[in-house]
Amino acid sequence: MSSRREILDLLRENARYTTEDIARQTDFSVEEVAAAIEDFEEAGIVRGYQAVVDWGAVETEDERVRATVELNVALDRETNYGDIAERIAKFPEVTSLRLVSGDYDFDLEVEGDSMREVSHFISDKIAPIPEITQTVTHYIMESYKEQGMEFGDRDDDDRLSVSP
Amino acid sequence: MTFEPADRVEKVPPSGIRRFFELAEEMDDIISLGVGEPDFTAPWAAREAAIASLERGRTSYTANRGKRELRERIARFEADKHELPYDPDEEILVTAGASEGIDLAFRALSNPGDAIAVVQPSYVSYVPDATFAGAEVVDVPTRAEDEFKLTRDVLESSGAAEADVLVYCYPNNPTGATMTGDELAEVAAFCQEHDLVVFADEIYADLTYEHDHTSIATLPGMRERTIVFNGFSKAFAMTGFRLGYAMGPPEAIEAMNRIHQYTMLSAPTTAQYAAIEALDSCWGEVQEMTSQYDRRRKYVLSRFEEMGIDCFEAAGAFYAFPKCPWDDAEEFAEALLQEEGVAVVPGTAFGEGGSGHLRVSYATGLPDLKEAMSRMESFLE
Repeated sequence: MSSRREILDLLRENARYTTEDIARQTDFSVEEVAAAIEDFEEAGIVRGYQAVVDWGAVETEDERVRATVELNVALDRETNYGDIAERIAKFPEVTSLRLVSGDYDFDLEVEGDSMREVSHFISDKIAPIPEITQTVTHYIMESYKEQGMEFGDRDDDDRLSVSP
Repeated sequence: MTFEPADRVEKVPPSGIRRFFELAEEMDDIISLGVGEPDFTAPWAAREAAIASLERGRTSYTANRGKRELRERIARFEADKHELPYDPDEEILVTAGASEGIDLAFRALSNPGDAIAVVQPSYVSYVPDATFAGAEVVDVPTRAEDEFKLTRDVLESSGAAEADVLVYCYPNNPTGATMTGDELAEVAAFCQEHDLVVFADEIYADLTYEHDHTSIATLPGMRERTIVFNGFSKAFAMTGFRLGYAMGPPEAIEAMNRIHQYTMLSAPTTAQYAAIEALDSCWGEVQEMTSQYDRRRKYVLSRFEEMGIDCFEAAGAFYAFPKCPWDDAEEFAEALLQEEGVAVVPGTAFGEGGSGHLRVSYATGLPDLKEAMSRMESFLE
């Protein structure tokens, strides 16, 4: 018997599967799949649906520039990690923000139209936040895998087209 | 002086799917549901072990029977997973794919003129292998109404009682049918009554969806009259490594090894290192692949149902075996390939027992599977 978790796995695999596609792959009916997805959305379990884009393969001059930024912060009695995170997450340039263990506190992902724009954003908007003690910016030069999907030439299937 | 094929070669017709294969090769933009191999790549840990073995220069032959370390792992795995305890020194032979093992068994354990009962539809190699061994083939056609299971009825009516060997594959290629322990007990009783030995091809043993696999060798009185074949190609998606194994009583394995040591010498060394790692650490991947196949299986079955095509619910391997909507399955498969660019295999490629059906492999990613089923739907309209 399928569990509702399977529906989540399928959506994670391909959010464009129709409810019919998902029903065909599980033991749920189309109506049950639709209801489950609605529940997931309402409960905030499914937060949204996005395409995984290999920007390196996009032939355009409007190249997107991305960077990951290590942030160190100093807390005081009135400020906790959540407060700082709330402030940073509001910037539209920030595409992801995570509190991490190790040498630095926050792992920030930033996107912009140019290196200049990203640099200015870090120096003008992030670095001046009083609790932030250090930023280390790493520009993403090439992406080989995003959200579980490998990029690159996938057309390497030389299996026999008809085989025993 | 010209080369004339030997009589035993002439006796074997070219593969039923060869013409089809040639057609498919010439075409662009085909979606093949004709592939009998996983679309997954072998688990990384197994590939890495193969690479590491090469880096360390482990490029020599191994023992004829296979690396002892591998045979021990196989013994442990078969005992734990399939309740098949075999002695790694005397009862296990590592072969270049399960196919080599089956060929060895025919040649080592049957005499020219012996009768080999082949359960059909069958994997394409059994009949030619039996012919190369000089044996006579007795067809044992299973029926769609029995869900392609082997029954005492079928065994009796086909004349299998007169045969020396019974060969079958469950979970089955091409039908996807499986057999439960109770169902196999009937077969076991028949084999004991009529003194048949069994060649049980269990290469799909770990790709089952409804119930766990049972080997006939676990049934009372059957271990001593059964050779079990398995390998790494299907469950571990390691087809290109060409690695399998046979398990059976010491005298049978010794006889098979006698031929193996003069033809293959030993199975590929690099592949043996990969196989050790696969058994040690790649079960997570096997489970993941199996659950993906299960989803594709459900998808394909439901699409056939929507198209009004009769297809029984296969519970193992990665094939659906629907009834062909046309009278002539070969004609249908050829037209579907030429008009829609979708390759499926006509059931007749697997013997007469497969006529009127198509083998549709779902060892193909879901996007291609969806597209292929849609094309089939519009072809039917």
